[in-house]
Amino acid sequence: MNIIVCIKQVPNTTDVKIDPVTNTLIRAGVESVINPFDAYAIEEGVRLKERFGGKVTVITMGPPQAETALKEAISLGCDEAILISDRKFAGSDTWATSYTLSFAIKKIAVFDVILCGKQASDGDTAQVGPGISTHLDIPQVTYVKKIEEIKDNKAKVERMTEEGYDIVETPIPCLFTVVKEINTPRLPSLKGMMRAKSAKIIKWTADDIKANPKSLGLDGSPTRVVKIFTPTPRKGGEILKGDTADIAKELVELLKDVVI
Amino acid sequence: MAGSITILLDKCMGCTLCVKACPFGAIHMANKKAVIDMAKCTLCGACAPVCKFKAIEIIKDSGEKKDLSAYKDVWVFCEQKKGVIQTISFELLGEGKKLAKKLGVKLCAVILGHDIESKIEELSARGADKIYIVDAPELKSYQDDPYTKVIVKLIEEYKPEVVLCGATTIGRSMISRVAVKIDAGLTADCTGLDIDEKERLLLQTRPAFGGNIMATIITPNHRPQMSTVRHKVMKEAEIHKSHKSEVIRKKYSSDVLKSRTTLLDIVEEIEETVNLAEADIIVSGGRGMAAPENFSLVKELAKVLNAAVGSSRAAVDAGWMPYSHQVGQTGKTVCPKLYIACGISGQIQHLIGMQSSKVIVAINKDPDAPIFKVATYGIVGDVFEILPALTKEFKRILKK
Amino acid sequence: MDYLLNEQQIMIRDLARKIAREKIKPVAAKYDESEEFAWDIVKILADSDLFGVYIPEAYGGLGGGVMDMCLVAEELSRACGGIALGFAGTGLGTFPILLYGNDEQKNRFLPGIAKGRVAAFCITEAEAGSDAGSIKTTAKKDGDYYILNGTKQWITNAGEAEVYTVIAMTDKTKGARGASALIVEKGTKGMDFGKKEKKLGIRASATREVIFTDCRIPKANLISKEGMGFIVAMKTFDSSRPGVAAQALGIAQGAFDHAVEYSRKRVQFGQPISSFQAIQHMLANMATEIEAARALVYATARMVDSGAKSVAKESAMAKLFASDVAMKVTVDAIQIFGGYGYMREYPVEKYMRDAKITQIYEGTNQIQRNVIAANVIKESLREE
Repeated sequence: MNIIVCIKQVPNTTDVKIDPVTNTLIRAGVESVINPFDAYAIEEGVRLKERFGGKVTVITMGPPQAETALKEAISLGCDEAILISDRKFAGSDTWATSYTLSFAIKKIAVFDVILCGKQASDGDTAQVGPGISTHLDIPQVTYVKKIEEIKDNKAKVERMTEEGYDIVETPIPCLFTVVKEINTPRLPSLKGMMRAKSAKIIKWTADDIKANPKSLGLDGSPTRVVKIFTPTPRKGGEILKGDTADIAKELVELLKDVVI
Repeated sequence: MAGSITILLDKCMGCTLCVKACPFGAIHMANKKAVIDMAKCTLCGACAPVCKFKAIEIIKDSGEKKDLSAYKDVWVFCEQKKGVIQTISFELLGEGKKLAKKLGVKLCAVILGHDIESKIEELSARGADKIYIVDAPELKSYQDDPYTKVIVKLIEEYKPEVVLCGATTIGRSMISRVAVKIDAGLTADCTGLDIDEKERLLLQTRPAFGGNIMATIITPNHRPQMSTVRHKVMKEAEIHKSHKSEVIRKKYSSDVLKSRTTLLDIVEEIEETVNLAEADIIVSGGRGMAAPENFSLVKELAKVLNAAVGSSRAAVDAGWMPYSHQVGQTGKTVCPKLYIACGISGQIQHLIGMQSSKVIVAINKDPDAPIFKVATYGIVGDVFEILPALTKEFKRILKK
Repeated sequence: MDYLLNEQQIMIRDLARKIAREKIKPVAAKYDESEEFAWDIVKILADSDLFGVYIPEAYGGLGGGVMDMCLVAEELSRACGGIALGFAGTGLGTFPILLYGNDEQKNRFLPGIAKGRVAAFCITEAEAGSDAGSIKTTAKKDGDYYILNGTKQWITNAGEAEVYTVIAMTDKTKGARGASALIVEKGTKGMDFGKKEKKLGIRASATREVIFTDCRIPKANLISKEGMGFIVAMKTFDSSRPGVAAQALGIAQGAFDHAVEYSRKRVQFGQPISSFQAIQHMLANMATEIEAARALVYATARMVDSGAKSVAKESAMAKLFASDVAMKVTVDAIQIFGGYGYMREYPVEKYMRDAKITQIYEGTNQIQRNVIAANVIKESLREE
């Protein structure tokens, strides 16, 4: 089975802090990590390989330093890594990003399953996975929490919903976006880390993937960011004091309008 | 190149304001002048307005102006499950009405399903001027392919100016596909929508970086302008029983309604009856609950308040609560009227998921717990004492 | 301090640290309370290849040495000295095979251990603690087999481990020269385990009796030659004591980490207690002692790895010093926590309970002093 995992390198939100004076993001010292949701996609890809054999190719679109995310993916069990990087991609919104990734996948050509995390922790859009499947015109199942079986070119999976889950059957090739519940990602192994250290990352530019330059980066993005601002941070409120019974009475009084 | 960014060296005074403003860490100072790292810059434009010396020039060429005048009306995709219209749809109709008014166009509801003729009245009462209804057995429950294709067909035929959709599992899956199919711009999880009346642009404001910054996004040259909105962000449309809508019934061939995927079963498994995303009140427990059995205290209060039960990641990882209850970055983002955090310290990942709640109550024994920084009301103390006392008090005033 | 670790060692240390922080720390108190063997953690350690850091590449390991083992033991012990022992105790059980096993034995056992099979070392008996020469377990030759009889006591990893190296008397008349080392696999008929001991500390580690009753071991499982048992054991200890020292070091560091953090956050008289000189001097002493212990442990480990002939003295010094530092630092950490430190709800008292064993096992610190003294006196004689 040929598996492609699409990942994104994001700033580690644990590190993101707001400068209390200037009210801006403090980026210094913020580590870049694999998008937490993509870690589940990587793990599921490696597990599919362990179940059905085959190869896991991990791809990302990003700046040159995104190579470290790909190396980490190799240390976690992916076999091959491709970095799609070009100045022409700058300013891509989700439309252009999914377009670019779909062209890279077309260049890879052979695949059975594409895995994405359900969304990225920095943008939270959950749009790129469905975008890729649409550009490729393949079926998708989003919010997958279990890949039950894959046989006879069909996959049976569970899709998480607000109320529970759906059981869905899909022909392959197809694209899945996965949720946290699907697995517990393993930690890298030492042998994997050593493999990653010497692994060669394949690098593709806009020309390599033969994409239409008009559909890339800012040109290919229907949306434009016109303003970025810091919201007024939520202020801590009142600390209620007194003995337990008094506090309970006071709080219930304060919340009366909300709960009734 | 569609866009470029230039530092005008004669104007740059090296004040570093832009360095601080850049959300992508793409600007540094060299020889007391700002330098843009083009590998990191996304041309987002956060830097230019903060520069007091107008030393940053960003050119965002939006391409040729297209004639977009054929596009009219504000559409709301109304999600139904098992024939029940989801409340998010009413919230979108409420917001859509305002936008339609500013644009001077009609508010239209779009509903797909099977045997849903009876829904017309409900949607009329919520203020839709027009209702597009596509009724077919293939559309009974959501499937990506037929829903996407039908919506694409409708948009291509009737050309709406704005399309709003709930940021639900269905909404997010479907509308992302629609956007790509019709080359439209889509902005996820908007918390604020407004209209630039002169340019007829939808101003879409959304949080990024886990709510640490806000971005306003437009779609200058593509129509429709599409947004998803989360639960509880907008106010529901009022009900006016007398209001009547124009109804447009559409039929599509089996080719359009064909699905490559097959829905084999729908399983409902939320143990508490209230869905976290839709709940008005959430009572959440964390590591401070100390043991799984103590969650009964959380559940008891939730029951009295008719609230949903949430959980921090720590409690889920410890196996005390199922993942479906997890609030936070890797769980659900919620925005209830009241969020009661019990024994939750308030790691940033948790705060991201709940800090837009209208009222936050935090109960924790550690006075320095970060949760108190976002809490409207904080109680420093023993959760095992306070919870039962609160439950008792609420029972009393709610006469339960 | 920069110990000039090589790239692979930095990778090993960082991965062990990550596992300790993300996987062990959250469950350390739980396992301390339940006294269960942390198989879920052992599985993680195995999957991450950490079990193989000191095993040669030819046998599926990473080809490192005692230094690499120490880095892992130290990092894991920072989170839990008990859970770390699943790893370190395996090292102790593996060294006899590594040091004296033949190719066939290495091929048979080392690849499995590198992948996470747990091992154990059996020497101690009820009447043979520090006086290891008085062991009573016998291994009687019977054709192609040895028949083992006797009871080993307080065996780390017993019951959980799959591979046991056992020191038994093949010829009682020869005294210490009549002991031999044998490999026994779990499941061998005649091998049983006693009840699990209830301990002061390292409670996540399994400690049991191992009972042999006419237990038949193929002679292919004899390590080295008959009569080599004590030499095997002593050389094993020379290599494993830096590991115990590293465990002690990790325990000390873990307690110290908690103490520093707490002192910054705990406010009394309107300021953090870390602003008081009384606390500052305690922290300074603790940090200095830990660093001195680390320097000694690493230097010893590297000396062992260099192939130095005699490391008994240095190994004993490292174990003695690091374990004494661990005891002192953990007691001081509780003191910094004050009343909170005495409570089991807070993490530091566990470090003190865990630290105590490092002064006792693999040779009490009194025995270590004997070894050191014997060596320095011998060296002085030689110089005359």
